[in-house]
Order: sequence, then C-alpha cells, then structure tokens
Amino acid sequence: MTGILEYLGRLAEGLVLHTGRMGTMLFQAFMWLFVPPFKFRNLFRQMEFVGVKSMFVVILTGSFTGMVLALQSYNALRRFGAESLVGPTVALSMTRELGPVLTGLMVTGRAGSAMATELGTMRVTEQIDALAAMAVNPIKYLVTPRLLAGVLMLPVLTVIADFVGIVGGYVIGVRVLNINPGTFIGRIMDFVKVEDIFNGLIKSVFFGLILTLVACYNGYHASGGAEGVGRATTVTVVLSSVLILVFDYFLTSIMFSS
Amino acid sequence: MIEIVDLKKSFNGKKVLDGVNLKIERGKITVIIGRSGEGKSVLLKHIIGLLKPDSGSIYLDGIDITKLDEKELNRIRRRFGMLFQGSALFDSMTVEENVAFPLVEHTDLPMEEIRAVVREKLRLVGLVGVEKMMPADLSGGMKKRVALARAIAMDPEIVLFDEPTTGLDPIMSDAIARLILDTQRNLHTTYVVITHDIPLTYKIADCVAMLHQGKIIECGTVEEIRRTSNPVVRQFLEGRAEGPIKVA
Ligand SMILES: Nc1ncnc2c1ncn2[C@@H]1O[C@H](COP(=O)(O)OP(=O)(O)OP(=O)(O)O)[C@@H](O)[C@H]1O
Ligand SMILES: [Mg+2]
Repeated sequence: MTGILEYLGRLAEGLVLHTGRMGTMLFQAFMWLFVPPFKFRNLFRQMEFVGVKSMFVVILTGSFTGMVLALQSYNALRRFGAESLVGPTVALSMTRELGPVLTGLMVTGRAGSAMATELGTMRVTEQIDALAAMAVNPIKYLVTPRLLAGVLMLPVLTVIADFVGIVGGYVIGVRVLNINPGTFIGRIMDFVKVEDIFNGLIKSVFFGLILTLVACYNGYHASGGAEGVGRATTVTVVLSSVLILVFDYFLTSIMFSS
Repeated sequence: MIEIVDLKKSFNGKKVLDGVNLKIERGKITVIIGRSGEGKSVLLKHIIGLLKPDSGSIYLDGIDITKLDEKELNRIRRRFGMLFQGSALFDSMTVEENVAFPLVEHTDLPMEEIRAVVREKLRLVGLVGVEKMMPADLSGGMKKRVALARAIAMDPEIVLFDEPTTGLDPIMSDAIARLILDTQRNLHTTYVVITHDIPLTYKIADCVAMLHQGKIIECGTVEEIRRTSNPVVRQFLEGRAEGPIKVA
C-alpha cells in the first residue's frame, strides 16, 4: 500500500517537475521570438523539415481515412435510407477531428521523433554546449524555430489531409457506392460550415506546438549517450501522441459544445 | 587574467572539483595536466560558464563570471574560443559552415570575406579542400583540427583547448604545437590547454598545473615542474604505473 502511494507520489512529482520545466522552455522560446537578430533561414529549414518530411504520409493516411469513412458511414446510413449524408459525414469527421488528429500523430512519428533524435544527439555530443560557448543561445537557435515551424506547418498539413480525405470519400462514395456526385457535394455544402474547418485548424496549431515542444524538451535534456537519445525519441513519440489525444478531447469539448 | 578561487563542484554527490585555486596569466600558455576523469574538462567548462560551481569563484579581469546572467555571460564568451574534447562539430553543417559559424553569428562580414577567413584557418590546421565535406565523413583527427579552426576563427583573446592533440599522429601533433605557439605569440592571446601529451606540454607551456583529487597540487614553469619533488607529479610526468597514484 505504501509502495503504491510512494510510486504515485513520485509519479506526480515527476509530472509536476517536467510540466514546469516544459512550460519554462516554452516561455523562453516564446520570449526569444522577439529578440533580434532574426534568422529566417533557420525557420524556413524547419518548416521545410516539418512540412515536406510528413507530406507524403499525411496524404496517404488522409486519403485512406476518407475512403474508409465513406465505406463505414455508407453501411450505417443506408439502413435509414440516408446515403446522401455520406458526404457530410466524411467531411465533418475529417475537418473537425481526423484531419488534425491524424496529421498530429503522423507528424509526431515523422518529424517529432527526428527532432528529438537530432537535439538529443546534439546534447550528448556537446554540440549544444558548443553553441552556448560561442555565445549563441541554444533555445533561440534550436527550439524557437522548431516550435514556430510546428505551429505554422501543422495547419497547412491539416488542410491537405482534410482535402485528400474528402476526395478519397468522394471517390469511394461516387465511383464505388454510386452516390450521385451532385448530392455528395451539395450536402457537404449544406452541412459543413467554415467554423468546422477553422476549429480543426485551431486544434492543429495546438498539436503542432505540443509535438514540437515535447520533441525539443526531450531531445534538449537527453543524457546518457546513444541509449539516452533513443529513450528521448521513444518518450517523445508516446508522450506527444497521448497529449495530442487528451488535448483533442478538451479542445473539442470547449469548441464544439455550444 | 583569470583567477579561479576555491572552486567546488560535485555531480550526484560525487566530488569532482574540491577547492581548485589557479591563476591563469594573460598572454601566456597554461597547460593543465591530470589523470583521466580528474575533472579537467569540468574545470574548463566552468571557465566559460557552461557549468555553474557549487561554490567558489572565477574572476576574469576582476569580474566574477560565476555570478553573471546569461546576457552578460554571452558578452564575455565572445572573447573566448573553445575546442571541445569530442570536437562538438555541428553535424548538420559542412566543415566550412562549422568554421564560419561564429563569424556568421557575431560579425557583419560579407560571405566572401568569411570564406577567406575559413580557408585561412583551415590551412593553419593543415586542411585544404575539405570545405564542402560533412563532419561525419572526416577522420577523428581531421574533426579535431576543424574544431580547432573553429575555436580560433574569431581570433579570440582567450582560447580553451581540451586535448588538442589526442587522436593525432606525432607529426600532426607537432604541427598543432607550432600552430598554438605561433598564433599565441602573434596575437598575444591567453591559451589554456588540457592535455595528456607530455612532449606537447614541454613544447608549449609557460606554466603547468596539475589537477589531482579535485585540487591543483602543483603549478609552475616547465623547468620548475620537471625539477619537482612532488612524487605524484613525478610519477605522472614519467608515466609510471608504480608510485603514490594507484592504478586500481
Ligand atoms: N554532466 C556531468 N554529469 C555527471 N557527472 C559528470 C558530468 N560531467 C563530468 N562528470 C564526471 O566528472 C568527472 C570528471 O570528468 P571530466 O570529463 O572532467 O574528466 P577529465 O579530467 O576531462 O578526463 P579525460 O582526461 O578522460 O577527459 C568524471 O567522473 C565524470 O563522470
Ligand atoms: Mg576531459
């Protein structure tokens, strides 16, 4: 019994400690955003890294998700003779929920893990110390552009995921399930509001921040050689995936409740 | 002048520096020797403010750098160059970008001029035509020399070298010794060199300090150090496994 309490205590302590330190890193990275000189080259490189590296996998998962949504919703809606609602079901699921969440998870796997590995390697091979020794602030140089790239690129990737998801749904719905194309598009127009897309994009901004912050934090504080870097990468993928899903719930309950 | 006063540092309860006192003269080459794991690299990292001591001070021209905040520290760090023991080259950048890094970050020089400086520094360390290579494609000794070029790229007033010749062949080691001597004389810089390389020590040192069990146990000119009666220092310089220092 005391063993469990002790364990829970240590868990809570670790949670508070890491949350606090992550918050501090976020705050510092944010403050450095306003301190010149601004090196846009660094930012563009990270935007390219986050955007391009994950583009293919986002398109792939987005389109297949749209396709399977069309199949599943068709099977369900047909019982009520409501096949015409397949379009809006796919579109709303993608824009509100699956576009941002899947993009967040995929970018975590592709770019977040790579960021943690890169920064972790830089930490254990003293490259981060070398930056500091050369009077360059490592948070400004390494963390700020990565967080910014996440916040800027995730909405872009999410729009792509939403789009290819709906296209995938259209292809299955119209070509395979023989729903009238006019109906498919028309009903989407009736049901999906700009707000749905917008709220999904807000989510993706949070997810971009979460996954880059978790990656930077774990990489930056890696220790213990190659093994430590591996650990940082694993923790990054697990933690930011969980956080994305948890935040998704709360963001949904805030944004779509009214 | 750098004055280290009663510097103490422990990691996880393990004492590494236990009251280090050392004066590093301006415009001189100070060599710090000592056994592996004695805390030489840790001491060097304190001098440039990468580590904070548990207690004690480091005065640079009378200012205690251990008390400075990040901004003031960075102003002081621009006067320093540092060669890390493991080179610490940025592996996402080419050799040229690595050496150019401090110049790009801290000067407004046009790119052609920076390139010229880089080429010159690389030539000094005996590297020609490697500008476009990535650090991962270099040998250990080449990495060390690129890192050396980066450390002196800004012609800093004070350079900290952590084992500049480890991993180099004897001919290259001598070339590095000459490079250290020449650049130091020409620019009147203050050099602090950590090394296990006794021939190098004799070639370049104005002053030798030995770190042992967390303290500087001996400090003096090469002549003084060679004539020392301290058995620990003698054993180290002569490289004997028998003596007051036990291997196991
Ligand atoms: N960041 C750190 N965390 C914990 N312990 C550390 C850290 N840095 C150094 N140490 C410990 O401090 C001691 C001294 O390390 P240091 O690297 O200064 O040795 P050194 O004298 O430079 O040895 P070498 O000649 O092999 O390079 C070692 O026992 C090392 O384990
Ligand atoms: Mg060392």
